[in-house]
Amino acid sequence: MSTLTEAPPPLAPEAPEPKPPKRRGRFMPYWLLLPGILWLLVFFALPMIYQASTSVQTGSLEEGYKVTWHFATYWDALSAYWPQFVRSVLYAGTATILCLLLGYPLAYLIAFRAGRWRNLIMILVIAPFFTSFLIRTLAWKTILADGGPVVGALNTLHVLDVTSWLGWTAGDRVLATPLAVVCGLTYNFLPFMILPLYTSLERIDGRLHEAAGDLYARPSTTFRKVTFPLSMPGVVSGTLLTFIPAAGDYVNADLLGSTDTRMVGNVIQTQFLRVLDYPTAAALSFILMAAILLMVTLYIRRSGTEDLV
Amino acid sequence: MTNKTGPGGDVRLTGIAKTYGAFTAVHPLDLTVPQGSFFALLGASGCGKTTTLRMIAGLEEPSAGTVFLGDQDVTALPPYKRPVNTVFQSYALFPHLDIFENVAFGLRRRGLKSVKKQVEEMLELVQLGEQARKKPHQLSGGQQQRVAVARALINHPKVLLLDEPLGALDLKLRRQMQLELKRIQTEVGITFVHVTHDQEEAMTMADTVAVMNAGRVEQLGAPTDLYENPRTTFVANFLGTSNFIEAEVDAKTGEDIVLKAGGGKLVLPEARCSAPAGTGGKVLVGVRPEKISLTHADDAGEIPEGRNRITGRIADSSFIGVSTQYVVDSPVCPDFEVYAQNIDRDPRLVPGAEVVLHWNPAHTFGLDAAQDADAGVEEAV
Amino acid sequence: MPFVNWFKRNLVVLAGLLTLGYLLLPNVVVTVFSFNKPKGRFNYEWQQFSLDAWKDPCGVSGLCGSLSLSLQIAFWATLGATLLGTLIAFALVRYRFRARGAVNSLIFLPMAMPEVVMAASLLTLFLNMGAQLGFWTILIAHIMFCLSFVVTAVKARVMSMDPKLEEAARDLYAGPFQTFVRVTLPIAAPGIAAGALLAFALSFDDFIITNFNAGSTVTFPMFVWGSAQRGTPVQINVIGTTMFVVAVLFVLVSMVAGNRRNRHKA
Repeated sequence: MSTLTEAPPPLAPEAPEPKPPKRRGRFMPYWLLLPGILWLLVFFALPMIYQASTSVQTGSLEEGYKVTWHFATYWDALSAYWPQFVRSVLYAGTATILCLLLGYPLAYLIAFRAGRWRNLIMILVIAPFFTSFLIRTLAWKTILADGGPVVGALNTLHVLDVTSWLGWTAGDRVLATPLAVVCGLTYNFLPFMILPLYTSLERIDGRLHEAAGDLYARPSTTFRKVTFPLSMPGVVSGTLLTFIPAAGDYVNADLLGSTDTRMVGNVIQTQFLRVLDYPTAAALSFILMAAILLMVTLYIRRSGTEDLV
Repeated sequence: MTNKTGPGGDVRLTGIAKTYGAFTAVHPLDLTVPQGSFFALLGASGCGKTTTLRMIAGLEEPSAGTVFLGDQDVTALPPYKRPVNTVFQSYALFPHLDIFENVAFGLRRRGLKSVKKQVEEMLELVQLGEQARKKPHQLSGGQQQRVAVARALINHPKVLLLDEPLGALDLKLRRQMQLELKRIQTEVGITFVHVTHDQEEAMTMADTVAVMNAGRVEQLGAPTDLYENPRTTFVANFLGTSNFIEAEVDAKTGEDIVLKAGGGKLVLPEARCSAPAGTGGKVLVGVRPEKISLTHADDAGEIPEGRNRITGRIADSSFIGVSTQYVVDSPVCPDFEVYAQNIDRDPRLVPGAEVVLHWNPAHTFGLDAAQDADAGVEEAV
Repeated sequence: MPFVNWFKRNLVVLAGLLTLGYLLLPNVVVTVFSFNKPKGRFNYEWQQFSLDAWKDPCGVSGLCGSLSLSLQIAFWATLGATLLGTLIAFALVRYRFRARGAVNSLIFLPMAMPEVVMAASLLTLFLNMGAQLGFWTILIAHIMFCLSFVVTAVKARVMSMDPKLEEAARDLYAGPFQTFVRVTLPIAAPGIAAGALLAFALSFDDFIITNFNAGSTVTFPMFVWGSAQRGTPVQINVIGTTMFVVAVLFVLVSMVAGNRRNRHKA
């Protein structure tokens, strides 16, 4: 699974690779590329075009749809569903930050402190992947059940009073509230944060810590000035790998949330599969795609790690 | 492929050249490596020596010219059809195969069924009989090196190509392996073409050394020849250290050229001058640091007649055990290097002392003054 | 103060272990509740210990059918994606060609795209083409989104491979085909295996894209999704637990085997 963290170079031009040897078959690379690239063109790129075209169509299921360049669909969709968009960004953003806060200590533990337990912990991080994530998400219904031990403990500690006041929970319930959805999102995408973090932490030479200590840095300073900056590649790819799928997710909002916690993924799903309003669904999906691509590009620029994702 | 050392094992390159786009890696080159010799291509990285080797192996297609093995033109043959094998830099042992299978690889590819006996014999030759079932990463660097040699030699190639085969080893092991390779070569009698950037390695092992620079062969000859009588400043500097004095031709007397430098006169045997030396012309006079004797200026009278002499002041001296190395500031050359054997050390020879440098004119060599006196200094290791 | 100091030094360990607990808690719950005997249709509250579900894992109609369908799809999707992805990876590492940047982007984008977007747009394509939704549309979709991950895994491996090894093979009388079979493929194998394993896991567990493009066909994740609305049979937990145990055992066994092989050689 660590391959997730080694995504190929992005849209940015490639760093000069060692010159591949010259071969006699000039068309060989194209033959090798042909089937796979064709597959991606037909079943990934072409659908994007279809979707763009669908989003500016009008009509109905019975009479069929026609391209009428009806851009108002976008406006209508945004004005009707902007709360879901805001929620998606908010929930996914919160989950990403939580993943970073929770995942960093574990990645650090595996990289520097686990010793001979390293492999075992690594397996325990990856193994849940092999149990259907839907089953595991359903388990949160049990964990967060009304009147269960978790909710009971939170209630006794008056945590729920605070979260209710913030609007994260409702009364003495956790299920069907934003907190439950964020909790599920955090849980589901946590490994995607831990693995890239671990990969970049593991590359850090342990002697750098000693050198920093030798040069009068206290442990906390060493972390701020040496460890954390060097793990930035992992932080960047981890946050991307967490945020992107979280922002498009609708499973957690559906299973752990309520109608008040619906995210944009839920809307797209409903419009497409239940309401069958294809133009609106396509427009929403297109907006989500554009927003995410824009954010990813800006984020990669800002963090100055174009060669890392 | 099967005849071990039959006639026609010469490697002949005629007009061979390699260009990558606008960059010329190897300029058109003629070279003959005689059957059974240990031949070294010596040069700094990027000088074209490895490219030349790869063209012999067939791993690189020459842009022009022909490669002959004996009488056979192999230029168009792919590597797997050439009776030539290579010991690669950092060995390129197959990590997924054990030592036995690595060594057996070439035999098996040529369809031999019973390889056991041959492989075992070969492993004995390189003293690795015990390690046959280990994987390459379990061996030390020196052992891996010997596997690489065994893997190539077992095929009885007409020519064995060695691409910096000792580069990854530490100094002590490298010396040991140099002798080992030399022994193997003498034993099997196969032509060895050895690429290296280490002049000591080339001089220790090879019968003939070709010094390459910027895609050309600068000079070719026996190691002593190259060292004692270099024909370019590059060769002079790349193989050891040289001192150069710019001098003007004053006169010719029989077999010697008399030169003026600063206020004094220097004598150079004409046979050792590779530059055109007309009267009044400029010549770079070279002399190796260990050929020079150092005498304190007070004793200048005791220096025998007939030696070339130069005056100067010691700028620096460092004691390195077997010898003492002096840097002498002289009017004709600012940093004259002198290596003096520590036989009888003169306590007056300390920095600041006025000295006379003198040497036998037979150790002088003359080079074309039009070239850079420092060529090859940076490249030498 | 020794306790405070100890606590300070091991704070990161404690925090990491808490996170690990958070990650594993649902698996514990899934396992425990596979021994439950629920009262109603939903298996969310503990009632009493029972082995009923373990004795009859296929006792719920449609469950094992969906499981077998998911396994089939995962198998073929893995095969397809691994084959196509390996070819692309070799082309990317070994050759220079035009449009390299475009190819890289085309491979990167599916990994940077929310699943729901790919799911929705692929459905528009299928609807426009009038394709019959079912096994084949699911398989097409799965190969599509697994492909990029295989390329990444194989590419990393092939890139770290010394090109001199292939030259050595050619120097030792192996022709192009022999070189590929005897040297290139065996060395690239771990990368290809990692890619295939990843593809299998991704395909088997995919819900969002499958849900859009399955029509009335029901894969295992879709069965679980459906049961979340209608009632969750205990058998789901049995299968979830089995999968977890099998996965952990598989990894442990391969690790022990690897260790033993290394020790043997040393």
